[in-house]
Amino acid sequence: MSELIPLIVAKYNYWLYIILMMIGLYAMIAKNNLVKKLVGMNIFQTSIILFYVSIGCKKGGTIPIIHHGIHAGRHVVDPAHYVNPLPHVLMLTAIVVSVSTLGVALALAVKIYNRYKTLEEDEILARLRAK
Amino acid sequence: MKTAGIIIVLLAGALLLYATRDFPPWGALDSPASTHVSPRYLQKAMEETAVPNVVTAVLADYRGFDTMFETTVIFCAGIGCFILLRVFRQRPGDRYYRHIATEITLHIKGGRIPKKSSEFERIDALWTPYDLIIKTVCRILVPFIQLFALYVIAHGHHSPGGGFQGGVILGASVILLAISHNMRTAIDRFSEKTNNLLMAIGVFIYTGIGTVCILLGAGFLDYRSLSAVLFVDKIMARSHGIFGVEIGVGITVMAVMISIYNNLASAGKQDEGL
Amino acid sequence: MNDHTPALLIILPLLFAFMVSGMAWIKKSLCYPLAVAGSGLCAFFSIRVFTHVLRHGTMQYSLGGWEAPWGIGYHVDLLNGVVLVAVSVLAFINMIATRKAAAIQFPEKEGAFYALYLLFIVGLVGIVATGDLFNLYVLLEVASLTSYALIALGEGRAPLSSLNYLYMGTIGGCFYLLGVGYLYIMTGSLNMADVASLLRPLYESGAIWVAFTFCMVGIGVKMAFFPLHVWLPNAYTYAPSAVSSLIAPLMTKVMVYVMIRLMISVFCVDFAFSVLDLGSAMVWLSILAIVMGAALALAQKNLKRLFCYIIVSEIGYMVGGAWLGNAAGMTGAILHILNDALMTICLFLAAGTIHYRINNLDLDHLQGLFGRMPVTMACLVAAGLSIIGVPPTCGFFSKWYLITGALQAGQYGFMAALLFSSLVNVILFFRVFEIGYYGDPGHGHMHGSSPETRTEAPAAMLAPLLILSAGLVVMGVFTGSIVAAVIDPIIPAGLAR
Repeated sequence: MSELIPLIVAKYNYWLYIILMMIGLYAMIAKNNLVKKLVGMNIFQTSIILFYVSIGCKKGGTIPIIHHGIHAGRHVVDPAHYVNPLPHVLMLTAIVVSVSTLGVALALAVKIYNRYKTLEEDEILARLRAK
Repeated sequence: MKTAGIIIVLLAGALLLYATRDFPPWGALDSPASTHVSPRYLQKAMEETAVPNVVTAVLADYRGFDTMFETTVIFCAGIGCFILLRVFRQRPGDRYYRHIATEITLHIKGGRIPKKSSEFERIDALWTPYDLIIKTVCRILVPFIQLFALYVIAHGHHSPGGGFQGGVILGASVILLAISHNMRTAIDRFSEKTNNLLMAIGVFIYTGIGTVCILLGAGFLDYRSLSAVLFVDKIMARSHGIFGVEIGVGITVMAVMISIYNNLASAGKQDEGL
Repeated sequence: MNDHTPALLIILPLLFAFMVSGMAWIKKSLCYPLAVAGSGLCAFFSIRVFTHVLRHGTMQYSLGGWEAPWGIGYHVDLLNGVVLVAVSVLAFINMIATRKAAAIQFPEKEGAFYALYLLFIVGLVGIVATGDLFNLYVLLEVASLTSYALIALGEGRAPLSSLNYLYMGTIGGCFYLLGVGYLYIMTGSLNMADVASLLRPLYESGAIWVAFTFCMVGIGVKMAFFPLHVWLPNAYTYAPSAVSSLIAPLMTKVMVYVMIRLMISVFCVDFAFSVLDLGSAMVWLSILAIVMGAALALAQKNLKRLFCYIIVSEIGYMVGGAWLGNAAGMTGAILHILNDALMTICLFLAAGTIHYRINNLDLDHLQGLFGRMPVTMACLVAAGLSIIGVPPTCGFFSKWYLITGALQAGQYGFMAALLFSSLVNVILFFRVFEIGYYGDPGHGHMHGSSPETRTEAPAAMLAPLLILSAGLVVMGVFTGSIVAAVIDPIIPAGLAR
């Protein structure tokens, strides 16, 4: 136990993201309403964004915009002063992907609602079985 | 389903937690992620691309190929929503018209669609009459929002921003018009055809710039070769290439946001929105 | 750097996709020719890349002029090359074969449909060609997003099935992304070759093990490996026929390719087989997949749905073969990617052609079909024989390699599962043939025509189908030289021969 607590404290960011991920995944698997599943999907994807961004973190680092003045491009940059830009770039892509997926999923949900007049999965399935 | 869900979720969570044991400490300066590939971006981005915002430099240049597909994903979503929802042939349902002079509302059920006239204006089913303040404030706001969006796109080299963010803000300005007035007003000003063409043109600009680089004798998306046509040195050519690409991204993102909103909010009919 | 073919292969269909979608608003009649041009160019360049790789060895291409770990690099060896050819050529043939069906189903949105079609090809071709883990994720999402939209165009339950596919697919994609994140935090790189070299000292780390598990589960969802297959039958059954004959053969096969790529080029065989020792567990899972897929297929009453369960069982063949841990098994798995893509496209195209004529694919509606559509049914027979594994069709040879591999590895259960599923396939297809041949045509639900009239599909649909069925035999006859020239060089040295 005495070893576990420093482990949690030192890496609490990962614990937080994993808890968020579990909430999202649970909603996606267990929820009955199709839009609630979508909300779960978004939580899941956001937790991954949190994870990647915390990979890029450096103690004492600032945003990766190089100060440029008179010596533009000629002074030496110490990478320790700036956070890692790569995970941020990757997550811009992941955000876009999650927005696009959400768009298509909402379009599908609208289509399903127009057809069955409900978004509860069990009601839709019951209606399909009754046919 | 619930117990199965809990088991799967706990299993996944436990696995992920177990793995964090081997991670380098959070924020460590000597972790592989901060020492292997990324220092090069921080140290050389300014020298190699003349873009102080390293995120922009990596996004649009070092990993520009990813970003091209990122824009393609957005484009897919726009086309996907369009193809799923858009209905072209529709039965004329209930329509409401308002006589502007007398403020009498007419309710037309079915039948043919009346021609446009200056005496009558078409109104939504859920129409609230007293929205003068909202309309005026939004109309005043829209140009400023658009100006800000252009600033965000253009200033992506030097500060947080760029094509995606700017494009979304541009899209929001038109969507604001659709919400504050009605969807038809927004579509009158920004027709569906223009919007769909812009959607394709934006990504086409991105891919096109990459292809021009091939035609000029370098690799795909290797902006250095653009120096031959832009009359700048190779490093500034990279910077300008990134800017061109960001404009393409901005156009597509704007058009897709508007298209998704219009199709989703009207369930594909594109007449009445929220 | 002067040879741009690896890049052009992806860029040209992408450019044409944008042109098609723009052209839909300007001149609709140009959409289809543009789409065919885009897809054709993709096929042409992938064949060129493949022949180049065959003659001169691996091709490298750095995008944006940045060398590999910093930029995104393409790394095309024989494995990518041959899958590239399979994907692009089959997609091209399918586009021609389904022209009429698509024109009827989407009269107003033809432009958008073909734009999505091309983007789907771009996604798959990009997944196969790329040498970067994150780029693979982005392209995976391009391919998935387009397939969600395309599948939902079908009738009836299609949107619901597609939404379920979307949930499962997103979980799969996110798991893969998490796996890549774990690799990134441990190695600091995203390039496949670079990660592979950095991983070597880290094999004992638990994080790598978890990264591997999450990547595999993610890919497993996307390829519909048995317990994760639940989205597949509905999605592919309710999809429009032009779409299911595109997505069903290609998407799952490309995912199997990704699994093999991760196994041999990222984590390397030592890790997969020696450090983890997952081989026999995965083989047992694939035995389950084969048996369950075959058993569920027996219960189906709809032709397309039956084929869907056959896919589930075939995925078991490939995964099991790859995890047997010897050269014969891996050869069988890679060969089966190609053969199965060809067989499945034949099956689904035949089903699409039948659907085009009689609008119903329930087995009781197929009565007397041999009399009405002899050519289509002949192609279905050829594909069926190949799925069963009758020589000289190609299905026999890949199954032969898989069984040899199973014997060498001492996995008799896998061999038994292969034989069992072949037996079930015999029952399945002969039931279909029986209904089609002996069934009373008058009894079926005819649409006005007299029972004996031939209502064969138009030649434009039949010609591609005939070419593909001939391909089944040609692939079978040339198996020996294909294996010697293409597959032998890519089997990693670490595998027992």
